[in-house]
Amino acid sequence: MKTLTPTVLGPITDIPLGEGRTYAVDGEMIAVFRLRDGSLRAVSAVCPHKGGPLADGQIDNRIVVCPLHLYAWDLATGCSQSGQPPISVYPVREDAGRILLGE
Amino acid sequence: MTQKLVVIGNGMAGARTVEEILARDGDFTVTMFGDEPYGNYNRIMLSNLLAGVETEDGIFLNDLAWYRDNGITLNAGSKIERIDAQARMVYDAEGNGTPYDKLIIATGSYSWTPPIKGIHNPKRGYHQGVFAFRTLDDTRRMITYARRAERAVVIGGGLLGLEAARGLQNHVSHVTLLHAMGHLMNMQLDERAGEMLKASVESKLGIDVIVDAMTTEILGKDRVTGVKLADGTVIDCDVVVVAAGIRPNTEMVASSGLPVERGIVVDDQMRVQGQDDIYAVGECAQHRGDLYGLVAPLWDQAKVLADHITGRNPAAAYEGSKISTKLKVAGIDVASMGLREPESDADEVIVYNEPRKGIYKQLIIRDNVLVGATLVGDNRKAASLIQAFDRGLPLPEERAELIFDIGGVVEESPESMPDDAQVCNCNGVSKGAICGAVRSGCKTVSGVMDATRAGKGCGTCKPLVQRIVEWANGGEAEEDPAASWYVPGVPMPKPELMAAIRRYGLKSVSAVFDKLVPGGAHDAKSKMGLASLLRMMWGADYVDERDARFINDRVHGNIQKDGTFSVVPQMKGGVTTPAQLKRIAEVAEKYQVPMVKLTGGQRIDLLGIPKEKLPAIWADLDMPSGYAYAKSFRTVKTCVGSDFCRFGVGDSTALGIAIEERYQGLEGPGKMKLAVTGCPRNCAEAYVKDLGVVAIDGGKWEIYVGGAAGAHIRKGDLLATVDSAAEVITLTGRFLQYYRENANWLERTYAFVPRIGIDRIRQIVVDDADGIAAALDAAVEEAVQAYQDPWKERAEPATPGQFRTSLPLTVLPQVPVRA
Ligand SMILES: Cc1cc2nc3c(=O)[nH]c(=O)nc-3n(C[C@H](O)[C@H](O)[C@H](O)COP(=O)(O)OP(=O)(O)OC[C@H]3O[C@@H](n4cnc5c(N)ncnc54)[C@H](O)[C@@H]3O)c2cc1C
Ligand code: SF4
Ligand code: SF4
Ligand code: FES
Repeated sequence: MKTLTPTVLGPITDIPLGEGRTYAVDGEMIAVFRLRDGSLRAVSAVCPHKGGPLADGQIDNRIVVCPLHLYAWDLATGCSQSGQPPISVYPVREDAGRILLGE
Repeated sequence: MTQKLVVIGNGMAGARTVEEILARDGDFTVTMFGDEPYGNYNRIMLSNLLAGVETEDGIFLNDLAWYRDNGITLNAGSKIERIDAQARMVYDAEGNGTPYDKLIIATGSYSWTPPIKGIHNPKRGYHQGVFAFRTLDDTRRMITYARRAERAVVIGGGLLGLEAARGLQNHVSHVTLLHAMGHLMNMQLDERAGEMLKASVESKLGIDVIVDAMTTEILGKDRVTGVKLADGTVIDCDVVVVAAGIRPNTEMVASSGLPVERGIVVDDQMRVQGQDDIYAVGECAQHRGDLYGLVAPLWDQAKVLADHITGRNPAAAYEGSKISTKLKVAGIDVASMGLREPESDADEVIVYNEPRKGIYKQLIIRDNVLVGATLVGDNRKAASLIQAFDRGLPLPEERAELIFDIGGVVEESPESMPDDAQVCNCNGVSKGAICGAVRSGCKTVSGVMDATRAGKGCGTCKPLVQRIVEWANGGEAEEDPAASWYVPGVPMPKPELMAAIRRYGLKSVSAVFDKLVPGGAHDAKSKMGLASLLRMMWGADYVDERDARFINDRVHGNIQKDGTFSVVPQMKGGVTTPAQLKRIAEVAEKYQVPMVKLTGGQRIDLLGIPKEKLPAIWADLDMPSGYAYAKSFRTVKTCVGSDFCRFGVGDSTALGIAIEERYQGLEGPGKMKLAVTGCPRNCAEAYVKDLGVVAIDGGKWEIYVGGAAGAHIRKGDLLATVDSAAEVITLTGRFLQYYRENANWLERTYAFVPRIGIDRIRQIVVDDADGIAAALDAAVEEAVQAYQDPWKERAEPATPGQFRTSLPLTVLPQVPVRA
């Protein structure tokens, strides 16, 4: 996991259940997803394959599928399921109704 | 609760079934009994072991560590003597009992010996120079003995006998093969093919073959000296191998009071007849009256049994296997499937015979379906013939194409392709990448497609991907249980899925996962298909979870390679007005749209719109959405038709507009592209549309369905010829609804129509043979009424941040902008 200065990104309700949104933090572009089990995941926003916007991808409780060519990455580890380079994952959690990125 | 599973028989079927159960996370503690003192080995490879091309180490499938690692208790060298079904116990020879909750019997077969004088030694079973060919011990003993022998006789001219004869050549200087029937492999081959094989075996391998040879006696007292035939012939030899057939190991089962006929009688779930907790698989099982002596059917049986016993799919059913073999029998290519000989004068028989080369090919065709084929000496077409046979595919008019690769489309053979040859042109996947995925453990075609994305673009390369996967797997790809599922994450085919959704009243995608997937696992790749299905089934009652939609359907635009979207206003039947054109032009200028383009569907595409600008553009355009993004009804192309064209015999433009007005936005399992053309000159290309309408003389309209002119090209089939535009509109809706309800996810009409068959579709849609026409009409009417222009959803976003950019502020690959 990458380390980042702890940052509040906004209310958790900014992200609908099961979807993702992109945030710019510390000069990095980060896609934050709110899983249907309620937990949060944060990964790099740009697909390493051909630059697809990962926050527009579909997720389940494990993976995100890039909307451009449908390659999939594990949201917890960042590992590709299809032989692509991994994506970065960032610590993220809910803190009193807000999205808290970083440790 | 963890159940006790006991398996009797540690051979190919028993171990495979356990593997399948483990793969489905079955909750069992497993105990296995095997008469042979080993782990699980590949019995097929005994032929290679005998021939010296394989070592003992090489034939083991699961070694003892595998049993240990999977928590399986293996009792090797332990024979089960009795099953007590009442008490749910099995007993070994020493009388030790083992309790079970579920029992699987996989005892296989033994080698049958014909009644021949002198074959048995009263003291020690077989005469010491006589061997069966069934187990690793048999093979070891045979090899040890044969080392000191000079001449061998093999009794039995079937597959196994031929393999034994070939293998023995490795150890002795002369082999004679005796076959009691008139020609070799008489179970699989016709007489001509059998004779051809005999000629090849004799000339190429140097094995003497005698047919119609009834062996009556084994000669020699302490050691074998020869065999005697019914006609008095004596053949000198010092070792005899009997490969005269097999019989299922069922004695123990029968004496335990379970139903045994020729084999252990099982039902379609491989459950022993009349028993709830006892199953049988493999060569010992008799299913619908049939016994199988090859491994391919065992694999099918093992899967069904595992699906059923683990509850993964309690309704899984084995329906028997179509037997086909493609082998090198004693080094000579042989393939056979289905009928050996024609059964009536109506059967079409095609024969090619080239005796000098030892090539023989025979096909038997009935009603344009392959019902039998025999190949000797050249197996190059075997794979495609087996496919045609298994699936009952329609055959080419030019029958010779079935036997030879003639000009034109030569099926590329995976073997001859270089590693870097590009197989999937959409996703740039090479043959090497596919083989790599297979090596790293993907054994199914769909698994490889997932891992590499090969075949996931336009899909035309799928057959080649399949062939490569099969080749890389050493001949056959494992069948993917998920192949019949509607979506990959819910283990059910479409009809069952729909029934379950109705039964439980599941109205949202997450409800489907929670209720119908073991463990309730959600699956991103299944969401879109489920959303489409649920919306079709529930209409207004569907609970719309936005995350179940693909991004295109969340923002009603088509995502492009740089993450921007394209906006395509509706343009019914391809007709527009100067006012509309002006508005589009103004909007394009105002938003500096990078590219304005006419689409293949006769509309204007504004490409390169950032997501956050979509609502504003829609508002300025103030036109309905043209649905250029969803799996839904897209466009109706039209030609000029009777308005202006000199040839037009019907008003194609008006009809096209009427159809588009009525069915706009209708969702389906795949895109629906339509066209109406004013005369058979077909300027709107209606013959190659999902549904195409052609005006013909006399005020009539022809309706074609199942056409395509994309990655696949297909001329549609004529569904009906009708007298009025109103009838066209009705039948269009009825057909589209039937397709919506019955097609697989992403199955376009060009695959759906041939799958169901145009005659059957005509019966249902036109003749109402099933009495469902009214229901289809009503269902499509309901969907039509529910239409809402999604571009109206702009003032109020449906979800927070619906139109917020997901694009980073970094530079992305630029799409070239043409002036
Ligand atoms: C030499 C040879 C070559 C072959 N080549 C091919 C080929 O090329 N292609 C092909 O498709 N098929 C081939 N076959 C056939 C294939 O091997 C069988 O179809 C397959 O092995 C059957 O599997 P099974 O599990 O039903 O039986 P088996 O593999 O025979 O396993 C049954 C096991 O159960 C054990 N057992 C029996 N009774 C008891 C008991 N009471 N208690 C405990 N254990 C018991 C036996 O010892 C045996 O180990 C070949 C067979 C042989 C012998
Ligand atoms: S057919 Fe069109 S959309 Fe499909 S890969 Fe080719 S260019 Fe792209
Ligand atoms: S299809 Fe016939 S009617 Fe239509 S434009 Fe062409 S020639 Fe004219
Ligand atoms: S850009 Fe993400 S999969 Fe291709």
